[in-house]
Amino acid sequence: MKPLTSPLAALGRATLGFLAMVGRVAIFAGQSLSHIFRPPFYPRELLNALLNIGYFSLPVVGLTAIFTGAALALQIYSGGQRFSAEAVVPQIVAIGMVRELGPVLVGLMIAARVTSSIAAEIATMKVTEQIDALVTLSTHPMKYLTAPRVLAAILVVPALVGIGDIIGIMGGYIVGTKQLGFAPGAYINNTWNFLETADIVSSLVKGAVFGFIAAVMGCYHGMNSGRGAQGVGRATKTSVEAAAILILAANFLLTSFFFTS
Amino acid sequence: MIELTDVHKSFGPKKVLAGVNLTIPRGESMVVIGGSGTGKSVLLKCILGLMTQDSGTITLDGEDTLRAERDAFLARFGMLFQGGALFDSLPVWQNVAFRLLRGSLARPWPEAREIAVEKLRRVGLTADVADLFPAELSGGMQKRVGLARAIAAEPEIIFFDEPTTGLDPIMSGVINDLIREIVVEMGATAMTITHDMSSVRVIADKVAMIHGGKVQWTGPVADMDASGDPYLTQFISGSAEGPIEAVR
Ligand SMILES: Nc1ncnc2c1ncn2[C@@H]1O[C@H](COP(=O)(O)OP(=O)(O)OP(=O)(O)O)[C@@H](O)[C@H]1O
Ligand SMILES: [Mg+2]
Repeated sequence: MKPLTSPLAALGRATLGFLAMVGRVAIFAGQSLSHIFRPPFYPRELLNALLNIGYFSLPVVGLTAIFTGAALALQIYSGGQRFSAEAVVPQIVAIGMVRELGPVLVGLMIAARVTSSIAAEIATMKVTEQIDALVTLSTHPMKYLTAPRVLAAILVVPALVGIGDIIGIMGGYIVGTKQLGFAPGAYINNTWNFLETADIVSSLVKGAVFGFIAAVMGCYHGMNSGRGAQGVGRATKTSVEAAAILILAANFLLTSFFFTS
Repeated sequence: MIELTDVHKSFGPKKVLAGVNLTIPRGESMVVIGGSGTGKSVLLKCILGLMTQDSGTITLDGEDTLRAERDAFLARFGMLFQGGALFDSLPVWQNVAFRLLRGSLARPWPEAREIAVEKLRRVGLTADVADLFPAELSGGMQKRVGLARAIAAEPEIIFFDEPTTGLDPIMSGVINDLIREIVVEMGATAMTITHDMSSVRVIADKVAMIHGGKVQWTGPVADMDASGDPYLTQFISGSAEGPIEAVR
């Protein structure tokens, strides 16, 4: 052991390992996308995934959005008062929800709810040889397990984000009109007139990207899980961490793409 | 015909298969025996391509399995996994009929269900099991559902990894007869792993014993008792005394 060079070597190894991982994830993501377009297709699996990822996430998304919108309205009101700008509550709530908080919070909730369950389910299937069994039954695991989940997430998370945006604005509206003394009609008008198409498009695009990240991370870590219950636990934990961080990083990139010119 | 030539497989430093040579002729029933952890399941998985051997070749009808067209190759096989490996998100009958519900063998649902119920009956399970989920079955019942799934599409080559472990003696007898029947009536090629010497005598045309990563002995089942091989003799008699060390 050379005491001076070994930390460098360790750093180098870690960097190489990290890059190799990034490469594997990128290849996996590309394959998941390509399998979506190539038969055979499994409509039943897709329907299941749409229900699990979309429909059953509605309560979580709704509750997250409404409380966030309400808190946002209160914050902007009290912050705005400092320089007599409390009248901008409707506009700022709308922009804050639609551009940032709606997509990010829905994305993180999907990472918590959907990524974890996909990873745990697929990892368990791997550990109990169900993935091997799929292969022997002439069924490609990427087509049967990954493709329907990834496609469903790309389709349905934007819808969830749209719903989250609306409910979040509603949360702001309720606090604004009931507690802060805004006129209901004016609040809605201000919100609606202020939002631009780009705001809404960026919101939905973010939703699709975050959905893709959440589903791919769940599938990737599930398929590559270690052995035993410990392997399943580790795969689940890693998948949620990776999805959350990638969603936040992608959010930054997408925001700079849409709103800096 | 399946032919293995000098197949090696290691996991890290651990050598599991160290030069396996074995031939399984078409339409015959080969039974593989050997101590726990000697690599019998690994051997089956290498043939199916679920694992890749480190070196050596495996051929099916003369074609290298690593080069074969995967879909066509796998369509010829049925496999019962040692742990059952049932899909726990699907009810029992959809597990059994999995192949008949999608892909090239797809047929209408009612027909697939009928076939599934018929296969379940053949492994001694009644029709009311069909709509239960795997988690609601006992271990032995899960094993038999796995067996029904392996034979459902009537493949020409079937691998059974310990088909009778966890079954009562009567049910073991039923399953042994079923496997024998599949080979004799359907002309299937079968490769069965078992620890149960009475199963061996019912199921096998040929026997291969794996020890130390190699085929220690192989030959017709009739020659098994008079083989003169000390390892095989010890294994058959189940004695602790002999060349195979039983660590205690
Ligand atoms: N995926 C794997 N990774 C690492 N080691 C493995 C793996 N699969 C099998 N092994 C090792 O290979 C050896 C042989 O395993 P295998 O499952 O083939 O045994 P077996 O002969 O089927 O035993 P049994 O009769 O108990 O089922 C074991 O020592 C096991 O630890
Ligand atoms: Mg085994």
